[in-house]
Amino acid sequence: MNIKLKIWRQKNAQAKGKFENYSLEDVSPEMGFLEMLDYLNQKLIKSGGEPVAYEHDCREGICGSCGMYINGRPHGPEAKTTTCELRMRSFKDGDTITIEPFRSRMFPIIKDLLIDRTAFEKILIAGGFISADTGSAPEANSILVCKKHADKAFDMATCIGCGACVAACKNSSAMLFVSAKINQYALLPQGKIEAPERVKKMVAKMDELGFGSCSNTYACEAECPKGISVSAIAKMNREFLHAKLIAED
Amino acid sequence: MGKFNLKPSTISSKVVMAIAGLFLMTFLIVHLGINMLMLLGDEGNAFGKAVSFMTYNPGIKIFEYVLFGGFIIHMIIGALIEVKNYFARPVKYAVSNNSNTSFFSKYMIHTGILIFIFLILHFTHFFFVKLKLVELPACAAHEHDFFTITKYLFKSPYYAGIYIICFIFLGLHLNHAFQSAFQTLGLNHPKYTPAIKVISSIYAIGITLGFSMITLYFYFFYTL
Repeated sequence: MNIKLKIWRQKNAQAKGKFENYSLEDVSPEMGFLEMLDYLNQKLIKSGGEPVAYEHDCREGICGSCGMYINGRPHGPEAKTTTCELRMRSFKDGDTITIEPFRSRMFPIIKDLLIDRTAFEKILIAGGFISADTGSAPEANSILVCKKHADKAFDMATCIGCGACVAACKNSSAMLFVSAKINQYALLPQGKIEAPERVKKMVAKMDELGFGSCSNTYACEAECPKGISVSAIAKMNREFLHAKLIAED
Repeated sequence: MGKFNLKPSTISSKVVMAIAGLFLMTFLIVHLGINMLMLLGDEGNAFGKAVSFMTYNPGIKIFEYVLFGGFIIHMIIGALIEVKNYFARPVKYAVSNNSNTSFFSKYMIHTGILIFIFLILHFTHFFFVKLKLVELPACAAHEHDFFTITKYLFKSPYYAGIYIICFIFLGLHLNHAFQSAFQTLGLNHPKYTPAIKVISSIYAIGITLGFSMITLYFYFFYTL
């Protein structure tokens, strides 16, 4: 198939970017989206051009680094799919594909489609952990964990921190990401102890960094490649209100 | 308990906004209920009594101040949040978002601004008359004669049209607002959330149809 590409090109963080148009012939429908970009880059390098910079690592949907905004949707047109899992068969011959970096003041562009997601790390550093003695693994049944809670905590832990929720949200809100991390810990007995402090610290950091608020449009849920539900946000709000109004310091 | 923080968090702001919004939604039911009395065909007799009760009852007077507080809080927080949200994405996307979301949920600030403009118009027609801030219309016997003001106002196709259009936008705002308030307050449950969404739509349609029905009644069926 032949496709036309409209890709955001930006030399560095300070430069003013613009869209560049490219045509690509003989694209296989079985190609991955990133393979298609590799194919384009090979052509660009051969013709003496500058390859398109984008981030990738695992290429199997678990590292969260490959996010880009494809035809108005983070990670492209398929639901519950990361960019690296996206195949060219999701597009038609002759299509024009517009590729932009995730846009948010908190995700500054480093180059082309490459963004800096350090803001997520800062939120995690603020409280996205449990304080526990390290050492040998404890006896398995010494702390009983309800199966339902373990499953829910695992669902939350599937968040790969790709930033699609922020990219999709009209307000650049990070509520889905933060709520997934908060719930992941709050649902388990080891994490419950610090839950009130954690939610206050992580929400405060999220606000301090400048992420927008949640308008409940649920674009984040629609675009999350791991299908994390907005019920996580409601639970975080409950945790937050409990921490602020009821829990003792 | 947590320390009092002068700069409220995103979640706290939204929670206050949601509580104020739910309060305003309760008021709308009361407002519609009283207005429906105009359809009884008793030349506004029952409606007049209700207006009189609402005007002179000291308890309602307090409720009126709380109501205005609710309006102001809802609007100010909404505006502040919108400004913060705007700066969270200074460079917009070239291709607008195609995510599978409810269309009007993305335009709450726009429908909210329209409702605010409508409120100014509505207050000019009714509430400011009561407060003697605007001149008493020639048709009205006194500043609490809302039945006469209503029947003359809705005989105008322009005002009837403007009011109905505004009721539709109000309905679109409420349809998202009701269920959104529950989500913000943390009340999301697989068993109850689908029902809350249905109630949200029923409420929004009910309010829109109820108020529109009164307008249409006076425009089409009431003879001056």
